[in-house]
Amino acid sequence: MNVPAALKRITDQVWELPVSYKEGMLVPARIFASEKLIREMDAGVFEQVSNVATLPGIQRYAYCMPDGHWGYGFPIGGVAAMDPGSGVISPGGIGFDINCGMRLVLTNLTAEQVLPKLHQLVDRLFARIPTGVGCHGFVKLKPDDFRSLVQQGSRWCLKNGFATQHDLEMTEEEGCFSGADASHVSDKAVERGYNQLGTLGSGNHYCEVQVVKPENVMDAELAAAFGLTTVPNQVVVMFHCGSRGFGHQVATDYLKLFLSVMGRKYGIKIVDRELACAPFQSPEGQAYFSAMKCAVNMAFANRQVILHRIREVFSDMFHASPDELGLRMVYDVAHNTAKLERHEINGTRKELLVHRKGSTRAFGPGAAGLPSCYAKTGQPVIIGGSMETGSYLLAGMQTGADAFFTTAHGSGRTMSRHEAKKTFRGDKLQREMEARGIYVRTDSFGGLAEEAGPAYKNIDEVVEATELAGLSKRVARLVPIGNIKG
Amino acid sequence: MPYQYRGDIAHADVAFDAWAETLEELFRDAARATMQVMAENLDGIRLTQTVEVKLTQEDEEMLLFDFLNELIFYKDAKRLLLIPAELTISRSDSGVELRGTLQGEEIDPARHEMSTDVKAVTMLRYAVRKTSEGWHATVVLDV
Repeated sequence: MNVPAALKRITDQVWELPVSYKEGMLVPARIFASEKLIREMDAGVFEQVSNVATLPGIQRYAYCMPDGHWGYGFPIGGVAAMDPGSGVISPGGIGFDINCGMRLVLTNLTAEQVLPKLHQLVDRLFARIPTGVGCHGFVKLKPDDFRSLVQQGSRWCLKNGFATQHDLEMTEEEGCFSGADASHVSDKAVERGYNQLGTLGSGNHYCEVQVVKPENVMDAELAAAFGLTTVPNQVVVMFHCGSRGFGHQVATDYLKLFLSVMGRKYGIKIVDRELACAPFQSPEGQAYFSAMKCAVNMAFANRQVILHRIREVFSDMFHASPDELGLRMVYDVAHNTAKLERHEINGTRKELLVHRKGSTRAFGPGAAGLPSCYAKTGQPVIIGGSMETGSYLLAGMQTGADAFFTTAHGSGRTMSRHEAKKTFRGDKLQREMEARGIYVRTDSFGGLAEEAGPAYKNIDEVVEATELAGLSKRVARLVPIGNIKG
Repeated sequence: MPYQYRGDIAHADVAFDAWAETLEELFRDAARATMQVMAENLDGIRLTQTVEVKLTQEDEEMLLFDFLNELIFYKDAKRLLLIPAELTISRSDSGVELRGTLQGEEIDPARHEMSTDVKAVTMLRYAVRKTSEGWHATVVLDV
């Protein structure tokens, strides 16, 4: 058990490290978790979330979500809102895979219709969506076109026939963070990413075919509002990927820049170099914010062209148009971002720079910025579990205001990749999963072993904790039947 | 083995320690440790392409950071799996300079057993230091 003695229980689902816990903490650190989850939390989470609480300009609390685990800089599952006037922006609070995120797509097909063709369907998805280490994409671009794309995000996809207007409306920020300026990204970042549009990547990135079983619907009204349950045992597609090498290089470039100016030019001292930062209102901070938006937009465009390809594969397999198959997006959520949003602090609405690292924005009903069809439901929240154990669709709640309307993003690891690879064998896991009704195609058995279900927290416990903490409400559990992973 | 993976840091990422008598050996071993996260059998990489590399930094620590990131860059930009062939590291008044050649080939899924993509070298627990026995590095890679 790694729980520090100073950790105080605030409610059944909220735990706090006071400012006295560590020198330099400006606000307390709060962790959302059940008692069981908090006892199993990595020691690194307590260390890292309290480090985040020392960052200049931080407001209210440094937070960690119930799926929180040991990352670098911020814990994965970390959230921090900074005063944009006096605060900082930190690449370590966003992550190298900028706007790594999830997308959920409906079909009007039933499991009974899909299962006879499942192997063929998954094989075709695997053949048509590039996966794995260093994969190059199917959309050929020149570097200058790519610079234009990263300023436009999903809008570029709409103009070039890879998106519908509805897709954009169902994407956070309509698939484009405004203010992205490609003059702030390096040639190296462009060179590293311009040929990766339409690639899934590897690690925990995947594309999964899932079933909505009637017994797994927790809130029938919300499920219907999100388009689930239009047919019994409805098949849906969920996928997870990000900004690929482009975003990784943007983060590396600015991490180095911030390390060089942070102390010398701005006199900022930090407790962990991975928390390198710059004042938000500085030339470096603004340049990174703009470059980060380019990477955000690359990730939106990447997921959008992958969706286009999924539509092609389904259309081909089931001899019907994407419209006839009901291939409509539920939503696209971003995990690794920093955004200017308005939140209430001490009774006053205020603009804040909200860092979310491995966590999901979860606006409640009535929030500005949601599509009109979700005004009454709150934002759809997509939480991907491990490949073996299923995923969830949730909805944002009004009670999430304290945590700047943020919730978990996945299961959260409990076992290191190194340990998982020693414990599981990818080929054996693939056979066992198939025997349990999940057909997986992968580029890498080693990578598959790292993603084994027991390497992750129990997804049911994680989402239950988010609901009990008032961060997001369970709508339905989604059961995997097919998966492609890098 | 001149490097060893660790499971006790940053569960979502990959950490390793590397030890060597000389700085050049440390860079070579850290490069191999990084590349092996992506390609399981480094001996299966044919050395058919050569890339010249020249990097300058203020100290050894940031030089290794840049060097490992260079390997990651070539993996994404050119799909090249590269390992160091020859490296020379020298110190001058302006800092530390690395000159060398990397050799390897383009990723071939039919022959290379690929594993997990490395996104970046992180600063978490990152350290390069000289000890009485030589050089030691701790590296956490974001994957």
